[in-house]
Amino acid sequence: MIIASNVSKKFGRLKALDNVSVKLLRGECVALIGPNGSGKTTFIKSLLGMVVPDHGFITFNEKNILHDWNYRSRIGYMPQIGRYPDNMSIGQVLNMMKDIRKMKSSETDDELIEAFELNKMAHKRMRTLSGGTRQKVSASLAFLFNPDVLILDEPTAGLDPVAAEILKQKIIREKQKNKLIMITSHVLSELDEMVTEVMYMQDGQCRFHKKVDVLRAETSEDRLTRVMASIISKM
Amino acid sequence: MQKILKYVIIDILRNKIVIGYTLFLLAITMSIFNLEDQSTKGLLSLLNIILIVVPLVCILFSAIYVYNSSEFIELLVSQPIKRSTILLSMFTGLSFSMVVAFLIGTGIPILLFEPTSTGITMMGMGVLLTLIFVSVALLTAVYARDKAKGIGWVILLWLYFSLLFDGLILFILYQFSDYPLEKAMVGVSALNPIDLSRILVLLKMDVSAMMGYTGAIFRNFFGTQYGFWIAIAVMLMWAFIPLFITLRKFKRKDL
Repeated sequence: MIIASNVSKKFGRLKALDNVSVKLLRGECVALIGPNGSGKTTFIKSLLGMVVPDHGFITFNEKNILHDWNYRSRIGYMPQIGRYPDNMSIGQVLNMMKDIRKMKSSETDDELIEAFELNKMAHKRMRTLSGGTRQKVSASLAFLFNPDVLILDEPTAGLDPVAAEILKQKIIREKQKNKLIMITSHVLSELDEMVTEVMYMQDGQCRFHKKVDVLRAETSEDRLTRVMASIISKM
Repeated sequence: MQKILKYVIIDILRNKIVIGYTLFLLAITMSIFNLEDQSTKGLLSLLNIILIVVPLVCILFSAIYVYNSSEFIELLVSQPIKRSTILLSMFTGLSFSMVVAFLIGTGIPILLFEPTSTGITMMGMGVLLTLIFVSVALLTAVYARDKAKGIGWVILLWLYFSLLFDGLILFILYQFSDYPLEKAMVGVSALNPIDLSRILVLLKMDVSAMMGYTGAIFRNFFGTQYGFWIAIAVMLMWAFIPLFITLRKFKRKDL
């Protein structure tokens, strides 16, 4: 569904992405793992066209995303730090997004909005929200339009355990609908029940991209935390 | 485009600066026309105020607005919207509200007190200057990532256009007073939209005699239909070339 070929990006001298090539298919749930500053967020942002690569290209359903903008209607994106216009309320932001995406209220997926009880605080201004509530808004927006692809950048960071569990269950349900889901996280234990593939990045390079089952067999470990620990110690 | 434009305009109206700007212009214009017994004289005083205030407010407000809506821009770029739509909506929203503010603030009093061709020219120049300085502000805001730096640049640019440029011209004229520079001055004036609009309004007022020999040359060139439209075209270029460069840069900007 999404193919990145030799994508490179430099920020000044820093090589944020160095020849990254990956193929992401429908029905996969990919964990994007790597140390801080390994280029995970830059990679995600280039998938969304927010960062323009210096070299290489990315295609979405065989179309280069550089000249296409409509493909983003099929992606739900949850940023690491959601930034919203300060003087808009939660309700206004949600309505604005519905208006921009041209989707009727009956077609949207309001499950998370209800689960997080955002309707009760729809009048609250974005600048008064806590980090966790902002994350809830970001998550609700990502799932709102029933997209084919979900890109979640550290989805559970800052969420309370109850909300994190609601989100996790939602991700698992969406995964069963044959969607492509990409998650970055530093908490490997919570990825265990969700992911089918692991993409490991370091220093802007994609070190490997394999199925979780293959990795489990290679390392003869069961839990993802152990699997990754054993691979990284050998690298 | 219309939807984004709608949200930009609602957002601009929500902060009261534009309304304050309208009232400020209205107060100044009304008091000038009421103070001067001769409305042509009033127009001349008004010209000087407009040439200072309009560029300053437009360039500062637009630059600060673009920096403050960085969250809004970031939210929109991850959505299925063209980047050019986002930028053009910002430009249209800003220039629309500033033009409306100017037309209410100075246009209505001018039409009441001095509905002559000079008054109309001045209104036209105010509108063109608004477009030009909104567009220059966008250019700076897209190029300079840092807010403090961007606003510093914007103030410098305003200083350059309203004060430094004239100083430089005087300096050059004085240093090279032995050479016939009068004709070159017509070309040089195209480098500064504020000067260009001042010349065009002054020529309509028939006070160009006070500008000496250079004034006569200006009269020969800008006084004709042909020269007038060339000047308008140059002003429009001042508005649309920066916008075009901004658009190209914004399409490839990392957010």
